[in-house]
Amino acid sequence: MEKTLTLPRAATAKKINMNKLANRTLHYLVLTLLAVITVYPFWWTLVTALSTSGDVFTYPPRMWPENPGLDNFIEVFKTIDVIAFYKNSIIISVLTVAGTLIVCSMAAYPLARMQFPGRNIVFGAILATMILPSEVNFLVNFITVSKLGMGDTYTGVVLPGLAGAVGIFLMKQAFEAVPNDLVDAARVDGATEWQIFWHIMLPLARPALAALTILTLVAAWNQYIWPSIVMASPDKFPLSVGVLYLSGAFSFKIRVVAAGAVLTVLPILMVFLFTQRYFLRGFDGAVK
Amino acid sequence: MSASKKNTLQAWLFLAPALLLLLAFSFWPVGFGSYLAFTQYNLIDAPVWVGLDNFRELFADELFIASLKNSALYLLVVPAIQVLAILLAVLVNNQLPGIKFYRAAYYLPVVTTVSVIGVIWNFMYTDDGALNAVLRWLHVINEPIGWLSDDRIALFAVMFVTIWRGLGWYMVLYLAGLQSVPQDVYEAAVLDGANAWQRFWKITVPLLMPTILLCSVMSMLAAVKCFEEVQIMTKGGPMQSTYTALFYAYEFGIKSLNFGRALAASLVMSVFCVALAWLNFRYLQPRKK
Repeated sequence: MEKTLTLPRAATAKKINMNKLANRTLHYLVLTLLAVITVYPFWWTLVTALSTSGDVFTYPPRMWPENPGLDNFIEVFKTIDVIAFYKNSIIISVLTVAGTLIVCSMAAYPLARMQFPGRNIVFGAILATMILPSEVNFLVNFITVSKLGMGDTYTGVVLPGLAGAVGIFLMKQAFEAVPNDLVDAARVDGATEWQIFWHIMLPLARPALAALTILTLVAAWNQYIWPSIVMASPDKFPLSVGVLYLSGAFSFKIRVVAAGAVLTVLPILMVFLFTQRYFLRGFDGAVK
Repeated sequence: MSASKKNTLQAWLFLAPALLLLLAFSFWPVGFGSYLAFTQYNLIDAPVWVGLDNFRELFADELFIASLKNSALYLLVVPAIQVLAILLAVLVNNQLPGIKFYRAAYYLPVVTTVSVIGVIWNFMYTDDGALNAVLRWLHVINEPIGWLSDDRIALFAVMFVTIWRGLGWYMVLYLAGLQSVPQDVYEAAVLDGANAWQRFWKITVPLLMPTILLCSVMSMLAAVKCFEEVQIMTKGGPMQSTYTALFYAYEFGIKSLNFGRALAASLVMSVFCVALAWLNFRYLQPRKK
């Protein structure tokens, strides 16, 4: 659609342009001020982690690193077993993503494409989990996980979060969009439901699977309170928990703690920078 | 076996893993947790029924009352976060050069783990940290403020971190809401001589109402249940001034293994949350004509 409106040119044109310029400048000024508030704490941490000399806290606050170097990062590797923390974070994230994809897409398939008694009840039950006060679940889940002998294990960290209503709905929507003809043709050819799911549905739902992968990956990497409750031995901590171990025991080495913080967020911020569209396009259809 | 029975069986097999997990980790906690709230339970011995004892102790405990008050006070973040998020969404709802950079910048805290956010803000909040330095440099204050060491301020300092880390999330939700508002409505309003302020109040806000409702409920429930920031930044201190209700439950349950008391506290919380959600839907529902 044509967006420009036809306005009387001549005299008013210049005034409108001036107004527009002033508006634009103000707009960017506000945008930048707000960006400084959200980004500066990260910038300060990065600058501090890269500085190798001078005071940590300065007046006015530091904008650039002093004698930039990687000494603090090396110190982190010497102080705590960062490699093990990375390994734990990766194991937890990979298991969570794989499990979520399998569990959610399997549950979504019959909800999207099969008729069976009890379908609406199941759907309602899954919907209900969204309004249950899930944040208080960790107390009983800790008991359950301990009683099942899954305390201090990766399984204990990963299992409770696999079946999420959001993941199931995302996959359900994707499966519903697959053309009927394809499914009917497959059924006529004698394909089993599992074959239809595996060979037709999943390949065609690749964009949804990608979105679910990214969102789950970031959430799994970032989760803090649950792994900190389940994991008892420090050598099983993921980075998000291990970084606090560093800040607790070596709080006087602020530059080293800052370097640890950078090491924790760097991988996931890289993932975010390359997959922004999955986060920032909004949740199409989620808000109606 | 008939074809339809086979079909039904298959459907349930597909659903089985998800349903078992939801049963064990979403529904079981509600039922078993409610039961445990009326017992004494320490993870080792079998639960012992004690009736309303946990609740009596709970409401006799000044710390719990203070925690409840703090959780209620925490609701102050809701209007702040919603107004700022709507402002952000309106500001980035365009195709100006560089706008994608700004959107990403506002979203950065959302994809950062809360533990690192706590560490970073502990740096920002120290006496000679960046926040005091900036305020002194702007001549707003002369003496550094003990953001996390002054028991009158600490809770608000933690609340600010909650706002800071949630803004981007709500911005994206509002952005989606704004993008579903048809452009020609605005164009018609411009032709009718409505200024930007009028367009915002007469068009944007009414059309955003469903999103505002959803986001307010989400952020209210999140605010009332907030405790991760507390656990990382202040551990409830100074002088227990930043205890929230769920942090109280966490301390009694996970730390002291007094699950009866902890689950009684979280049951009180859950009732509080349900009431809040109900109030919202009752009074914020867009009026139908």
